[in-house]
Amino acid sequence: MQPLALSSFTATSCLGTGLDATLASLRAQRSGLAPCSFETVVLDTHVGEVAGVDEHSFPSALQPYECRNNRLAHLALGQDGFAAAVQGCATRVGNARVGVFLGTSTSGILETELAYRRRDGASGALPADFRYRGAHNTFSLAAFVRAALELTGPAVVISSACSSSAKVFASARRAIEADLIDAAVVGGVDSLCLTTLYGFHSLQLVSRLPCRPFDATRDGISIGEAAAFALLERADASEARITLLGAGESSDAYHMSSPHPQGRGARAAMLQALTSAALAPAEIDYINFHGTGTPSNDESEAHAVAAVLGSGVPGSSTKGATGHTLGAAGALEAVICALALRHGFMPGGVNTTTVDPALEVSYLRENRPQRLTHVMSNSFGFGGSNCSLIFGHRGVGA
Amino acid sequence: MRLSACIDGVGLIGPGISDWQQGARILRGETPYVAAATVVPQPERLPSAERRRTGTIVRLALAAGLEATANAAADPAVLPAVFTSSGGDGANCHEICQVLAGSERALSPTRFHNSVHNAASGYWGIATGATPASTALCAYDASFGAGLIEALLLVQVERTVVLLVAYDASYPEPLFAQRPIPDAFGVALVLSPAAGPATLARLSVAMSSAPAERMAQPALEQLRSAIPAARSLPLLARLARLAQRATPGLVIDYLEPQNLALSLEPCR
Repeated sequence: MQPLALSSFTATSCLGTGLDATLASLRAQRSGLAPCSFETVVLDTHVGEVAGVDEHSFPSALQPYECRNNRLAHLALGQDGFAAAVQGCATRVGNARVGVFLGTSTSGILETELAYRRRDGASGALPADFRYRGAHNTFSLAAFVRAALELTGPAVVISSACSSSAKVFASARRAIEADLIDAAVVGGVDSLCLTTLYGFHSLQLVSRLPCRPFDATRDGISIGEAAAFALLERADASEARITLLGAGESSDAYHMSSPHPQGRGARAAMLQALTSAALAPAEIDYINFHGTGTPSNDESEAHAVAAVLGSGVPGSSTKGATGHTLGAAGALEAVICALALRHGFMPGGVNTTTVDPALEVSYLRENRPQRLTHVMSNSFGFGGSNCSLIFGHRGVGA
Repeated sequence: MRLSACIDGVGLIGPGISDWQQGARILRGETPYVAAATVVPQPERLPSAERRRTGTIVRLALAAGLEATANAAADPAVLPAVFTSSGGDGANCHEICQVLAGSERALSPTRFHNSVHNAASGYWGIATGATPASTALCAYDASFGAGLIEALLLVQVERTVVLLVAYDASYPEPLFAQRPIPDAFGVALVLSPAAGPATLARLSVAMSSAPAERMAQPALEQLRSAIPAARSLPLLARLARLAQRATPGLVIDYLEPQNLALSLEPCR
């Protein structure tokens, strides 16, 4: 594929609001996970909650889209000059030539969960202030971001569970390559809600402790929330150094909520990403694992990574720091990879104390300073949806 | 900028429409349209344990996809797929919200894994063994147009045959009052980069600001405007009447302020 530049990017998660705070947390190997006190949830677990979402002031012109998920999106869009960069790009190429490709798993479902507690006693109707379209509907995120950034081009939400906001990079890349658009806002936003907290709990996939990816005693995920965005443009139209070099997508065709034991789909996605980037496995300097911290995910992923890249490539999961941000994980970890490339370090995985000796990977527990040229990021989701992305830093060594 | 692909097969299920053959007769005016509740078949290709876990909307998507691949004589296991739905499984969502509004909050694991928007894509893989890329899109009322664009981009950029499945089903009350989708409607297209023995027509698509075409028959126009996946009906009507008509152009709904200008040319 033709490389694309990440002209601007930003992330907001429990590690902090914007890139500086995110980078500082990564450098300090700080985890943002804390005991769950979200809403009325009574579960013995840790979550990665973003501070200040409910208090964040929301523009009145965008009131039809008001919900926690879009508040989080709006908070993130305002960081690191991201919205201004998009608007500058739209001025150059035209508002209709900038696409919006965003991932979310649950969008604004929290508002519906809360509205169901306030149904009319006689008729069962939802309260009059409930808005399905702007809050609950899966597309509300992209409709909101498109409206907030005053864009008029193609827009779509990809909602393939935990691979959603990795797959947006692949879709946007095709749209730019086919000249449907000149640039794309890609990203992912997912926010805490009862469906995912109680849902993952029902599947017994949630840890009581802060999650410990690749640890011998790992026993489940910690759920987080995040918003992360990037502006993708043709590499020759931007001076940005961080680039998207490759993308691979596959399906397990195996099970709705368990990964293929040997990581069949994950292998296919990683191999396809290498092919599309025209890179050899040995050219990957660091891999950001999907690394959820469930016994089955990490085992399946380790098999796949060892088979495709060998067991020597340094890798880590940043979910011990951020929690599993579900539909936002692909974009959040893409931004973390971009920070690793820009600042020349591999982020060590936090919370993990004893790497599972059964997993044949070189798992990093400490930050490692090193100039990086190519990094890979994996994202896998329910329904057996896999996506692997490769990012690069142009100019390193040149 | 135009995107294009050959249409190799169609699958269709909706209110009073049992399959593409019967639907095409209605769209050509050979058979009168008789409104009736959508009948969604059992997904025979799923193992029985998985089949029991599926709801209407997953069965709808699978049936439309299987009909289209059969009509195209395409092996579903090797096709990348684009699933697009304006809201996913409304019945399942309602049950989850009810449980979460109660005091126990004892969610069923099956309900939860069925709640993902890509449930149909996941079950499709299990049913057919398809391991290529598969995606699950939503663009509210523009979901058919968004799916068509995504599928055409795959055909054009990756030079591969692609399955597109667009499907919607009703929410129960109280969500129905906010999102009144009257019944289930599913449409599937097999799209390929080059004409083959099964090819029905070559489709090309461009952005347009022209208004979308309406259906001449009021009952079909009501379907078109009430169910996002049925925004495909003008395209299907043109495809059904391809042999009778010389005018290839039409416009379908997309995302305000843009619509999609479509052109259909016979391949043979």
